[in-house]
Amino acid sequence: MTHDREITAPGPQPDGEVVDVRIGMFGVHGSGDTSGFGGLVSPVVMPGAAQRPYGGYFDEVVDILAELLEESGTGFDNAIERVVVDRGELTLDVRREHLVEVCRHLRDDQDLRFELSLGVSGVHFPYDTDRELHAVYHLVSVTHSRTLRLEVAVPDADPHIPSTTEVYPTNDWHERETWDFFGIIFDGHPALARIAMPDDWPGHPQRKDYPLGGINVEYKGAHIPPADDRRSYS
Amino acid sequence: MTTSTQGFTEEAASGARSFEATGGDWSDIAEEAARLGEERIVVNMGPQHPSTHGVLRLMLEIDGETVTEARCGIGYLHTGIEKNMEFRTWTQGVTFCTRMDYLASMFQETAYCLAVEKLLGITDDIPERASVIRVLMMELTRIGSHLVCLGTGGNELGATTVMIHGFNAREEVLRLFEMITGLRMNNAYIRPGGVAQDIPPGALEAIREADGKIREFVKYLEDLLLANPIYKGRTVEVGTLNLAGCMALGVTGPVLRSAGLPYDVRKAAPYCGYETYDFDVPTSTDADSYSRTVLRIEEIYQSLKIVAQCVDRLQAMGPGPVMVEDKKIAWPAQLAIGSDGMGNSLDHIRHIMGTSMEALIHHFKLVTEGFRVPAGQVFQRVEAPRGELGVHLVSDGGTRPYRAHFRDPSFNNLQAMALMCEGGQLADVVVAVASLDPVLGGVDR
Repeated sequence: MTHDREITAPGPQPDGEVVDVRIGMFGVHGSGDTSGFGGLVSPVVMPGAAQRPYGGYFDEVVDILAELLEESGTGFDNAIERVVVDRGELTLDVRREHLVEVCRHLRDDQDLRFELSLGVSGVHFPYDTDRELHAVYHLVSVTHSRTLRLEVAVPDADPHIPSTTEVYPTNDWHERETWDFFGIIFDGHPALARIAMPDDWPGHPQRKDYPLGGINVEYKGAHIPPADDRRSYS
Repeated sequence: MTTSTQGFTEEAASGARSFEATGGDWSDIAEEAARLGEERIVVNMGPQHPSTHGVLRLMLEIDGETVTEARCGIGYLHTGIEKNMEFRTWTQGVTFCTRMDYLASMFQETAYCLAVEKLLGITDDIPERASVIRVLMMELTRIGSHLVCLGTGGNELGATTVMIHGFNAREEVLRLFEMITGLRMNNAYIRPGGVAQDIPPGALEAIREADGKIREFVKYLEDLLLANPIYKGRTVEVGTLNLAGCMALGVTGPVLRSAGLPYDVRKAAPYCGYETYDFDVPTSTDADSYSRTVLRIEEIYQSLKIVAQCVDRLQAMGPGPVMVEDKKIAWPAQLAIGSDGMGNSLDHIRHIMGTSMEALIHHFKLVTEGFRVPAGQVFQRVEAPRGELGVHLVSDGGTRPYRAHFRDPSFNNLQAMALMCEGGQLADVVVAVASLDPVLGGVDR
């Protein structure tokens, strides 16, 4: 997994978020590729901003949220970077400064009423410069039977996101888990301690630069390397 | 048993002296505490304690018999399942996630497979027979899981008979699992695209037979628990959590329904065709441990009702495919029992080794490399026995999950422990935790 990530893919730039660049065709690393496809360069693109109409209840939710954000003086474009609709699910990319306000609107407005939070999960994109760490919030409106996802991206060098525990107390442990596994610091969290790993554990295990670990296992005379050292196709 | 009570000479960070007692007779410890004149006592319960439901650690500050502050310590069973899944193919992921909440394996498997299918965009291509089998297996799992909850919950209050009947009833479910999947637990039976294999001959009759036996055992449990003055004395108005508390803390499942909200993902956002089954969502407004016991028993009956509908459908449907047609996704073999256990059928081996080079290449590519899943992310929810299970899957277009996160209901619901226990009796902590029914394999993953 040592190919040069600085290479940019040729051709027109895709409109989605490029999180990585894939090289070669078969996903084999560390062994000679004699197929002739080794020089292929293709970007890994996450789904990009959606065009209206978004479909279903998505337009209504975005409209009401926009109205509330304009009313409060924050402004929709300042708070929401992008609206992504993919595979029938709505994702709002939120700027971290306005995350708590967006959550409060989503929870409290009677036409939105996303009263149930299903927690926070992190994703690490080491090659997505200045947006390496993503925190993803899953919200459910029991009242209107709707779901929504918020995504906040922060740079690895400044991994701070305001805590949402004052709006959704249930995010307490979820934010602790995301801090533990990814190193995202949730400012304002009442007790941001590690939750799964021991308190003195170095590093954040779910990050991509953190090795899986493991040892060689002998089986019938052969040595099987740990999963992250095996020849693999990614 | 030895008693060791040590006074530390150095001041603790807070300026208070702290003493530690491990093991020994309770009266000796109380005497020692009285002699030292310290009023604040913190009792550490677990992680190795039979009534903490696994390796859960409870830190309880007590004043006499009253719990004034309660905190959970978790992570003792953290095995990095989510991290491991990032290093296996999409199909192998099932083998890992089935081990999270080990009493509700089928729910993790189904939620994960539904998420993979949503990423692939093949949700509508799953054969109906596979979906019915998934529902059947999930409802059987729910029955088994609720029976363990009732059984161990009773055992933790000292009612061993309840545990014996609970586990005997669950045995019927496990026998069905062994017959259908080959394994009692950690089945890895549901796969992206369908299920590993069709139900074997005789399974439908076995399920009908087990239905009667399970009902018999559940009736025993009802008789033992529901009008039992000791059980009611221990559970009525104990471990209460009202609707506002449930919503704020994101508590779902029987605990939320005991507070009066009929929220069930099977009804709110149906998957696997749940909208076509006839079943009720039992609720209560008592919001206490007793009402959760009643709800779990009622849910067992509702699950049996769904199981019966699945059996009828499978019978009416007749044999058919249980895996998606796309050969680029479907695992390229049917399983069979050989002399060394279950594996690829000899017919398939003969086909790839003897007659078709292309079939061999196809088998090799799919098994070693796996299939690619288009980049993007999805979130799939299912109603697990303990509440809402969510799977957040991210793909980078490769052959392995880029990130798999499981929002386990036990993990989330344990946050409510403090709210349910503080201000109550020490002995009620056990009741409250049992009514949350956390499974630490799912909490710590």
